Amino acid sequence: MALVEARQLVKTYRTEEVEVTAIRNVSFTIEAKSFVSFVGPSGSGKSTLLNMIGCLDPPTSGSLLVAGRDIQGLDRRGAARFRGETIGFIFQDFNLLPVLTVYENIEYPLLMVRETPAGERRQRVLALIEAVGMNEQRDKYPDQLSGGQKQRVAVARALVANPKLVLADEPTANLDHQTAFRVIELMKKMRDEFATTFIFSTHDPKVVGEAEIVHTLEDGRLKNSAPHTPGGPRHD
Amino acid sequence: MTNLLKIALRNLLRYRRRTLLTASLITLGVVFVLVFVAVTGSFKAMMIAQNTDAMLGHLQIHRKGYVAAIDNLPLNLNLKAGAIDRLDKILAEQPEIAAWSPRIKFGAMFSNFVETTNIRLNGVEPERELATVPLLAERVLEGSKTLARGELWLPELLAKGMKVKVGDPVVVVATNQDGSVNGKQLLVGGILESATGPGGRDGYLHLEDAAEILRLQGQEVSEVAIRLHDFRRLAAVSETLAGRLAKELNQQEKPLFELHTWEKLSPFFNIARMIDVMTFFIKLMLIAIVLVSIMNVMIMAVYERIREIGTMAAIGTLPGKILALFMIEGFSLGVLGAAAGGILGVLLIGGLNLAEISYDFGRQRFILEAAIDFRELAVISVIVIIGAVVASLQPAFKAARLDPIKALRHV
Ligand SMILES: Nc1ncnc2c1ncn2[C@@H]1O[C@H](COP(=O)(O)OP(=O)(O)OP(=O)(O)O)[C@@H](O)[C@H]1O
Ligand SMILES: [Mg+2]
Repeated sequence: MALVEARQLVKTYRTEEVEVTAIRNVSFTIEAKSFVSFVGPSGSGKSTLLNMIGCLDPPTSGSLLVAGRDIQGLDRRGAARFRGETIGFIFQDFNLLPVLTVYENIEYPLLMVRETPAGERRQRVLALIEAVGMNEQRDKYPDQLSGGQKQRVAVARALVANPKLVLADEPTANLDHQTAFRVIELMKKMRDEFATTFIFSTHDPKVVGEAEIVHTLEDGRLKNSAPHTPGGPRHD
Repeated sequence: MTNLLKIALRNLLRYRRRTLLTASLITLGVVFVLVFVAVTGSFKAMMIAQNTDAMLGHLQIHRKGYVAAIDNLPLNLNLKAGAIDRLDKILAEQPEIAAWSPRIKFGAMFSNFVETTNIRLNGVEPERELATVPLLAERVLEGSKTLARGELWLPELLAKGMKVKVGDPVVVVATNQDGSVNGKQLLVGGILESATGPGGRDGYLHLEDAAEILRLQGQEVSEVAIRLHDFRRLAAVSETLAGRLAKELNQQEKPLFELHTWEKLSPFFNIARMIDVMTFFIKLMLIAIVLVSIMNVMIMAVYERIREIGTMAAIGTLPGKILALFMIEGFSLGVLGAAAGGILGVLLIGGLNLAEISYDFGRQRFILEAAIDFRELAVISVIVIIGAVVASLQPAFKAARLDPIKALRHV
């Protein structure tokens, strides 16, 4: 069974006078453990789509199943609980909590969302710190880290609770090319290591090259959903 | 919970200056209220003690109608032997009464053989009087602290004005009930410090000397002053005693006695009440300070951290936890202010006591003895903390209800 299944998805934003249809009749499926990218120009609907998959924003119409769950019927609390259990998030601006150290930021989902027992928690956090290569910085606060380091911590935080799906909306937009590649590579390595599905959006064509499946959005419509051969141009 | 507390405290530390400013505002308010309560409390306690323990006693019983006419010291409204016996019996039955003292009050002429002036006098049985109003003895500035027969305790101002000293012979002349006049030579046994309040400028002599001057036929008493074992039981004892006394009727089947607490007899009760009202309003102001300052800080805290709140919500933190986080933050701020205020307040009150600040009450000078009322301290702390929690409610609810997408997009 596919991890994400979208049928005739529509999202319309209604402001006072204007009505903006950000997603128009989009259908797609995403298989578990895939490494998928949504690309498209600014305003094409990437964030809107990812927000819907992430249960942050309900679709206007159509059906959307995430991990077998119809997310249309979820209320605020239900959606929050579902996100905590199923989805990890990576943000464009890293969004680490500034009062928590690297260790504590990674621990946060286990402590504040999952309530994982202490022993297991510690083991899991240490494993992820190690996996993203941030062991030396574990007691630093976010404002003492570089952008790339912050995003590594964010990747670890997104994965620590072992979610089925990690969503990353423009995870590399605030990073220089080299760092962007490292972060995407890290995400891919994590996918291999933890068997997690990654969906990320970008409008950087060079980063797109790392995706295994690329969906192109244009004006709210899916243009083509071509399987992609990874290993595009490298900029080392 | 401890994790929420950790995050809340770190956020308070993160905006250190603002936290400090708000906490010190609350601290200042708490200190002010504490010191105000302690100082006025000391003043009130001294004032009440001066009234009840040096002059009035806790309660007084008169013949019905006496208090309304008390300025004339009417001899025709004295209690007579029969009534006194009935009263003694009733008072002896009351376990909460520690002592009572019969008094004959009358106005007289006082002469030092050169000049003559007016004086108000209390004829008392010295031991019983001192058992009922123990602080009276402390008002004796010169002379003997016991009042013997043939002796007179004179108020300080009168003694000075008439230039009499301890041991001097003086004459007291009074009009009797039948209109005739009688006099008696007495010795000045002691000089009394003038006190502020009713009876604070009265003289004292032995009950039997008074009876002799007034040529009383049988036993007569103008008032009976009563002291309780426990002053705090005043209201309850006064109620039972009033009920008991109401059963005692005169020949016209009307109540024979009237009972008054010191509160009804002294104008200082109103001052004490006013102090209580002022204290109440000052506490209200403290609550207002806490509410406004904490709410202000918490609204700012939520506004500044909208993106963080969005992140927490997106990751799956339940709204209740976000609510709790901000409530704990406001609560901690309240605890901080209350604790700092409590400690500073106690230190300041201790300092005030060490400084031995004196103040005048009428002609008397008192040293400030501000007591730290720990019950009051607890009440004030609880008020502050509850105020802080209440003030955090609205901002915390706002944080918990934020839409994660909008919050994440917030710049
Ligand atoms: N809350 C909203 N209210 C109204 N219109 C919105 C809202 N969010 C998005 N839109 C509109 O929906 C369309 C798609 O926006 P979206 O943010 O999904 O694009 P995007 O592909 O993520 O763009 P970018 O690459 O700039 O992030 C845009 O036209 C945008 O103006
Ligand atoms: Mg976007």
